[in-house]
Amino acid sequence: MAGNTQFDADAVQQAVAEGIAAIEQASSMEELKAIRGKYAGAQSAMTLASKAIGSLDKDQKKEAGKLMGRLRADFGRAYGTKEAEVKAAEEAAELASETVDMTLPVRRKPLGARHPLPKLMEDIEDFFVGMGWQISDGPEVETEWFDFDALNFGPDHPARQMQDTFYVKGSQAKDAAGFVGSNMILRTQTSSDQVRGLIGHGVPLYIACPGRVFRTDELDATHTPVFHQVEALAVDKDLTMADLKGVLDKLAVAMFGPEAKSRLRPSYFPFTEPSAEIDLWFPDKKGGPGWIEWGGCGMVNPNVLRSAGIDPDDYTGFAFGVGVERTLLLRHDINDMHDLVEGDVRFSEQFVMGE
Amino acid sequence: MPMVDIDWLRDDVEVPRDLTYGQLAKDLVRVGLEEEEIHTSQLTGPIVVGYVVDATPEPQKNGKTINWCHVDVGDEYNDVDEDGNKVPRGIVCGAPNMKAGEKVVVTLPGAVLPGDFRIEPRKTYGHISDGMCASERELGLGDSHDGIILLRDYGFTPEEYEALKPGDDAMHLLHLDQPILEINVTPDRGYAFSYRGIAREYHNSTGAKFADPVVALNERVPHVEDAGDETRDIDVIIDDDNPIHGVVGCDRYYARAVRGYRPGSATPNWMRRRLTRAGMRSLSLPVDVTNYVMLDLGQPMHAYDLDKIEGPIVVRRAKAGEKLTTLDGKEHDLDPEDLLITDSPNGQQGSRILGIAGVMGGMYGEVTDETTNILLEAAHFDPITIARSARRHKIPSEASRRFERGVDDKLQPAAAQMAADLLEKYGEATPSLTPRDIDTTPRRTPIVFKASEVKRLAGLDLDLNEINGILTDIGCVVGGGGNGEFTVTPPSWRPDLTEACDLVEEIARIYGYDRIPTRVPHAPVEGHVGLTADQRRKREVADGLAEYGLVETLSYPFVGPADYKAFMIDADEVEPVSVQIVNPLADDRPFLRRELLLTLAQTVRRNLRRGIENVSCYEIGHVYLADPDAPAIPALPGAVRPTDEQLAALDAGLPEQPLHVAAIMTGLAEDDGWLGNRRAVDWSDAVEAARRVAKRLGADVVLDPPKAEDVPAQWHPGRAARIVAAGETVGFVGELHPKVDDELGFPHHTAAFEIDLTALFGTLSDKPVQAKPISTFPPVKQDLAFTMPDSLTAHELEEAIRQAAGDVLESIELFDVYEGDQLGEGRKSLAYAVTFRAPDRTLTSEDSEAIRARIVERAATLGAQLRA
Repeated sequence: MAGNTQFDADAVQQAVAEGIAAIEQASSMEELKAIRGKYAGAQSAMTLASKAIGSLDKDQKKEAGKLMGRLRADFGRAYGTKEAEVKAAEEAAELASETVDMTLPVRRKPLGARHPLPKLMEDIEDFFVGMGWQISDGPEVETEWFDFDALNFGPDHPARQMQDTFYVKGSQAKDAAGFVGSNMILRTQTSSDQVRGLIGHGVPLYIACPGRVFRTDELDATHTPVFHQVEALAVDKDLTMADLKGVLDKLAVAMFGPEAKSRLRPSYFPFTEPSAEIDLWFPDKKGGPGWIEWGGCGMVNPNVLRSAGIDPDDYTGFAFGVGVERTLLLRHDINDMHDLVEGDVRFSEQFVMGE
Repeated sequence: MPMVDIDWLRDDVEVPRDLTYGQLAKDLVRVGLEEEEIHTSQLTGPIVVGYVVDATPEPQKNGKTINWCHVDVGDEYNDVDEDGNKVPRGIVCGAPNMKAGEKVVVTLPGAVLPGDFRIEPRKTYGHISDGMCASERELGLGDSHDGIILLRDYGFTPEEYEALKPGDDAMHLLHLDQPILEINVTPDRGYAFSYRGIAREYHNSTGAKFADPVVALNERVPHVEDAGDETRDIDVIIDDDNPIHGVVGCDRYYARAVRGYRPGSATPNWMRRRLTRAGMRSLSLPVDVTNYVMLDLGQPMHAYDLDKIEGPIVVRRAKAGEKLTTLDGKEHDLDPEDLLITDSPNGQQGSRILGIAGVMGGMYGEVTDETTNILLEAAHFDPITIARSARRHKIPSEASRRFERGVDDKLQPAAAQMAADLLEKYGEATPSLTPRDIDTTPRRTPIVFKASEVKRLAGLDLDLNEINGILTDIGCVVGGGGNGEFTVTPPSWRPDLTEACDLVEEIARIYGYDRIPTRVPHAPVEGHVGLTADQRRKREVADGLAEYGLVETLSYPFVGPADYKAFMIDADEVEPVSVQIVNPLADDRPFLRRELLLTLAQTVRRNLRRGIENVSCYEIGHVYLADPDAPAIPALPGAVRPTDEQLAALDAGLPEQPLHVAAIMTGLAEDDGWLGNRRAVDWSDAVEAARRVAKRLGADVVLDPPKAEDVPAQWHPGRAARIVAAGETVGFVGELHPKVDDELGFPHHTAAFEIDLTALFGTLSDKPVQAKPISTFPPVKQDLAFTMPDSLTAHELEEAIRQAAGDVLESIELFDVYEGDQLGEGRKSLAYAVTFRAPDRTLTSEDSEAIRARIVERAATLGAQLRA
């Protein structure tokens, strides 16, 4: 540019036009910034022209000011538009370069899994809690009194024989004759919590007792010496077998879906009278909808209430017990008890939420 | 359990002609007699009657003699000779009782016998044997394999035998083609161990007309009052000096003689068939008759050779040292609780043992092939006495099974009458009219029964007539009823009916459990509702560890020497404080675990052996801590509430059984495959898992590493720490000792922890968390690195920093641990990023400098210097 004090309208217009043309040719931010320096920087025609306005006549100043305002705006607009365009293109290119195959398998942390059996026990607990019952538990190494005598099993009941029940050795010092007299066993049924509950909480009582029980059966496809039951016990002033049937039907639905139902079949247990076997009907039963044995139940035998100091003329109650393993086998079509007890992680890992 | 043969059932109850076994099972289960199995025929024909035309003995080189026989099996099955004539089949038979002229049972090619034994023509001993003459065992009829079945011994009348023709279907003849129903009888219903009882239940279920056979028999029983003592069949003395629970071992003994029996009389075919189908072998007519009466009426009986025994018969307990060889040839040492049937040779009362009452007879006094005069015994024994003897001597006989469950104590004369009738009819014997009947059975006290009990227990609205009708129908004598109260005397065959609730069960089951209405009870909402805090905590632990990536498993709690050895636990120390099982399933694991890790290790091992890698499992379960000084647990009666002292004594003797959680982690802690980050498990994984458990519970735990020599042997001595909560050790965490890893086949650095949840939960508050306000003032962040001796733990330094910083400390993170030559031997460097923030103002640089100075000063007192 010739001279630095002369305002030359034509020259500055031409310079700005050149600059705008250059902007339109630019394709990167780097170029754009260079163009901005050249055409709008401190030494650019546009800046020098603006400074030169000061030396113009008063009437020329206004005209020149207007012109410069327009030129600056034109240049700025062109620059802004191009800048947005270039930025978008650069960003798109960068993102494109970061594209990955989202289907690559990613497993940074193992998933972990609950075992379905305690999980099912929790579901059963929730069923009872939902009805306002309480969940209680008692010891697994139990006295014979709570497991048998209190439940109306006489001393000569076949269940009290060594072929069914694990007996616990007494302390050698006190018990030279071997185990006799330890009066301790591994509980054979969660019913052992019945009288504990009655004595501990009093009546009215609505409790469910989930837990581990033991019988001297060898492990095979359908038996395991260590298994789980849930015992339900309700004792109140006005309970009948109708209430028992009502709760069983609800539990069947909770466990086996809205169409499931239960029925009672006459049977015998020392701690209930009347007694019944529980049959379960559900549509997804293996081999087609039908009835299958599920557990045992009945009205609490008066002798059980007496064991807890409760007058059977004042109170009645019902109790039932279902096997958790059995429920699980039926629900999930598990064919072999080994899978349930061996602790193979592949077994637990299959179980996810689901009705 | 009892077999139910429809053909036999018809004797007492009107059964529809076309009743199937499936329908019978349904009818019986409705009243509580459950189907065990419907046994179907295991035989496929053709199995036919054969007539042995000739039998030529042919001695063999191996010393055996076989018979080369020609057997006529009828036109349909006979051979065809070259001229097209039907000729008998050639059959090789090795049985010693094979001879020409016999009618036998021939299984022909195509037949299939039990055990998938297929009959084919086969070449043997130089002949083609074109079928097989069958023994009882081969047809599944019994144990006899001494010879083939000779139909002449099968109890056919001469006319019936004559009418048997070659080619007749022998399956049908012997009822081998019929199914049979096996039922389960609950222990309270001994009477259902008889056709009399099952027929009654069939009537109860279907309403079919039932006639109690005992009524007719009783009409023919000779009346005992008619004869004087001297003329009785035999004298009987009941002399029980050791009753169990005060109950006399025998309260009824009925003896009746049957004289002039023709030895060798055949058991009629129908009886033999019924016995066989019930699973009993036919032995001789007198024995078969006693068995038949037992199956039919439910009264176990015994037949003695009257000429061999000398009165009086004495029913007494055994004396110490007495022995008896029972009919099955086994010798038993008798126990003073065993009840014996004895006789009195040479006037010595009760000196010779005839058998264990109600269980099994001895070798002496039994009916033999020569017996002509028979004494029938029908008695009523104490169920507990019989049950104990049967178990003690391991003889669960058909008789003991019935006595244990309770036999009708009014049945004895009728049963003897029935047996006498059968011996008279088929053995030409003459029953005596002077039986001996010692009867001290107690009179039943009537049950006072309020009809309202039916509603109160069963929820059924039945009127008095319905109630009365059902009770009467099951055999009760029902009186009263006017004021809604009955007096009910249960029948003699129902010793189980003793209380009102027993009668309610009878009414409800016969009226139908399915007719009881349905109602859902409303539990009173009082006090605490929902899961207890500890129940919720247990779930939190279980869910938390699964969320952390571990798999929950369960194991049996049984442990033994091999487990102690693997964990380097001293068996002599642990066994006396372990719960020991008297009758373990596996003799090598007779103890209950004191640590979950021992049994969890077996689970992990099983997984590793199955080729699964990176196994990380946890288990929540109980452990059992026996106290050798625990007081003895008292034996207390049922049906009475123990005193509070007694209840305390029950629990005081039990071992402590705290709930534990344990985890074992092996292999890779992180393995993101193609992403390429792999990291083997070490102590830090177990520490993090344990800390997460504590954190989720809101428990304040610290790790306290013991000196190497104080670390239990199962743990890595330099990588293990106590988990301490509220000053109490609640667990252990770290790496297993490499020797334990080797023993169990685990990779080295396998990490583990075990926490006593019962103890940990005990340190927690049930109160809700009290939230702190969140400060919105800016934080000040600083990095602080200290050098310190190895003996100073990270925990100690961190605690010092926390205390020095006070409330403004928002967080403290260890970001570097360095041990290197520059620091010198036995020193390390820990670098922390700390964040300060005040709740009420912006911290100035003077503030943070002051805090920093306090920290540095405090650390220095522990021997930790700030690194420049």
